[in-house]
Amino acid sequence: MAEDGKEDSLATDDDSEQTAADDSLNTTMVEDGSTLLCRMEICVAEAEKRSGKNAMGMQETFSVYLVETRLTDSGPDGRNPAPDCLWRRYSEFELLRSYLMVTYPFVVAPPLPEKRAEFVWHKLSADNMDPDFVERRRVGLENFLLRVASHPVLSNNKILYHFLTEEHGWREAVYDTGFQAKADSRIRALSATFRVRNPDKGFVEMKHYSDELQSHTSQLLRARARVADRLYGVYKVHGNYGRVFSEWSAIEKEMGDGLQSAGHHMDAYAASIDDILEEEEHYADQIKEYLSYAEALRTVCRKHELTQFELEVASQDLISKKQQREELATGIVRTFSLKGMTNKLFGQEAPVQREARLKVLEELITEGEDTVKEKTAECEEHVEGAWLEMQRFKEQKDKDLREALINYALMQISMCKKGIQVWSNAKECFLKM
Amino acid sequence: MSGQGDSAGFTGHMLDLDEDDDLEVFTKNTSLADGSSLPNSPGSMVNQYRLEDEDEGLQAVHTKDFFITVSNPESHVTAVETFITYKVVTRTTRSDFDSSEYEVSRRYQDFLWLRSRLEENHPTLIIHPLPEKFVMKGMVERFNESFIETRRKALHRFLNKISEHPVLSHSEHLKVFLTAEELAPHKKQGPGFLSRMGETMRSVANSVRGLKTRPGEFTVMQEYVEDFSNKMISVDKVTQRIIKEQKEYLDELKQYGPTYTQWAESEDELADSLRGVANCVEQCSQETEEQISHLSEVLLPTLHDYVLCAETLKTVMRRRDKIQADFETKNEALLSRKDDQEALQEEVNALADRIELADNALRGDWKRWHSGMRSDLRSAFLTTAEKNMKYYEKCSAVWESFLLTQRAETCQQKDGDDGS
Repeated sequence: MAEDGKEDSLATDDDSEQTAADDSLNTTMVEDGSTLLCRMEICVAEAEKRSGKNAMGMQETFSVYLVETRLTDSGPDGRNPAPDCLWRRYSEFELLRSYLMVTYPFVVAPPLPEKRAEFVWHKLSADNMDPDFVERRRVGLENFLLRVASHPVLSNNKILYHFLTEEHGWREAVYDTGFQAKADSRIRALSATFRVRNPDKGFVEMKHYSDELQSHTSQLLRARARVADRLYGVYKVHGNYGRVFSEWSAIEKEMGDGLQSAGHHMDAYAASIDDILEEEEHYADQIKEYLSYAEALRTVCRKHELTQFELEVASQDLISKKQQREELATGIVRTFSLKGMTNKLFGQEAPVQREARLKVLEELITEGEDTVKEKTAECEEHVEGAWLEMQRFKEQKDKDLREALINYALMQISMCKKGIQVWSNAKECFLKM
Repeated sequence: MSGQGDSAGFTGHMLDLDEDDDLEVFTKNTSLADGSSLPNSPGSMVNQYRLEDEDEGLQAVHTKDFFITVSNPESHVTAVETFITYKVVTRTTRSDFDSSEYEVSRRYQDFLWLRSRLEENHPTLIIHPLPEKFVMKGMVERFNESFIETRRKALHRFLNKISEHPVLSHSEHLKVFLTAEELAPHKKQGPGFLSRMGETMRSVANSVRGLKTRPGEFTVMQEYVEDFSNKMISVDKVTQRIIKEQKEYLDELKQYGPTYTQWAESEDELADSLRGVANCVEQCSQETEEQISHLSEVLLPTLHDYVLCAETLKTVMRRRDKIQADFETKNEALLSRKDDQEALQEEVNALADRIELADNALRGDWKRWHSGMRSDLRSAFLTTAEKNMKYYEKCSAVWESFLLTQRAETCQQKDGDDGS
């Protein structure tokens, strides 16, 4: 793809070994439709706790995740290569994502699992060190890598390959790309949103959709968390039956056995909700992915607004310069300008000065025409790339969410079956009362 | 805690009665199958309790000869007060009743009168409790619809318990209650036996004093009653809490479903699936509502009745103790004093008879009551377990049919795709 050539030039390689690897990568990369995932197995296998000093010299505990890769093509000796692995922190994944977003502004960036636990229902630990949270994060990080590595554009990126295969020096390599300078300032982006005149209609609709998607997914997540909280309460209160039945059974003769064992089933019922709700968190995570995707989609639309706006500004600038030239050349003032007024009041300037000014203007106009060409190209490229990307996103979204809803239904059925089992057991016990 | 009683045999004897909503499944004794009304003479009553002693208390089946319903609460407003009356309909095959069907109008006060008369005549029988006068918690108004309905059901249960009791069902007061057009004339009777006994709260509490040796069996009973009372209160509380939590869960569920519907509006391919989920959540909400209804209208009232029963039991135990205490006091007087021996001796003999009567009455009724309790509570918990199973079965079916629609769509899609 055309973009690869551009991106390669941004990365600087100190290591000659690295260069050789990149070259070989370049030759194998250009097949149509092939992505990194076709040639490599990737997984985030484990998580561990580490301790270290942070940037401010304070001791902190953090989790690291084991990224395992294995080339699927057998080597020259006909044997499958051994898996490679390295440890990455969440912040490194974040950095990778930021880099990819700046580098490919027309791609809807795959989401990362949340930094902190959001939409928490009361029992769920909001602690980043909680093993369940870490486990779900591991799954989310793996999904991120799989999505990136199977993306037709993203998967060919060198920084990505470096992230997956070489533990050291990666951060430096990313910063060396200078991607941070390329990042659009928030203020510029925001201003463009308000002042752009002719954004592409499709993008306007997409942006509107991204707002809706964000709003709907967050409402859903909030409501689901509240439902989970209440359901937890219902199940746990049944545990009290366990306690009371047990005490009651102690004073009864014929009823005692039935009561006692019914009590045990009530305890089991109360305990079952923990696993049920933990599983449901995976569903919530799938919805959260699309909450994040909504933001990424909006970013792509904003980028369009920005490029379109810059094009409009450049065009407008060119037009006004051309007008100035015309006025200078013909002496006819078409538009109000202070210079024009002062000229009228104080007389026009000398011809020599006018010549000089005309010359400067001509240069500026030539520059301006180049800028307009540049901006037009940028804008069109973005539109073309983004449009394809948004179609792809839509298909993936429909597929992913459909699957998530099906999973949710399966979870509900599983929960119901457990409930039937418990109450059927309790019923047997009550019969013995 | 060895399992006595043959559970398989027991279930075989459960009756499904054609009364409406309440669970009235329990067995009765055969001792009064002839249906003749027994006079309230101590002698005959002792015999009757002996019969009950021989019974296991569980195995016998009694054909019902009373069918009573309490229905149609109606509000009456007079200058002085507002009150509710209930329609009490009796169908009976009893020969001592002139007709086979009666319909009268009764108010709560009338039920109170009936129960207090029964208590007076049978101080150590276990008489089913009436619903409380007022509900302190939750600020339920006396004329709130759900309060009235709860009370109506409790009154219905009360009359049915009385009418199935081997002794109480033959009470003249019950007959009058069920048949007399106007109850007022019958209410003007002398102060009851109990009031003659001077049964004030204080005196009942003090009955423990002067009690030398309570028979071991009654001490055991007393301890059981204390424990049973505590357990019933706990079970009642837990059930109330469950209902509360379920209601809160239902509220959230009702807000949750619509989030899917709203989302569906901005989707096209996905809209069906989203609406499908919204529909499932909606249906499960309805099932949850039914589940809550069952808890509130079936399980909780039964448990609550037994909380009140426990209080009745405590009162009965105290009365029994007082009777014994009276005897012992008089007996001491007899043994210590020299004068009026004959008169005192007669009194002491009468009191001794009274103890024997009271103790036998209690013993017999205890068995009956305990087996009734066992049956009622078992039935209540059983139906609750069944209801919960049904709830989960229905919810599971709802989600399964959603899955079917999704799988059908997926197959269609797969046929259309190039398989990417």
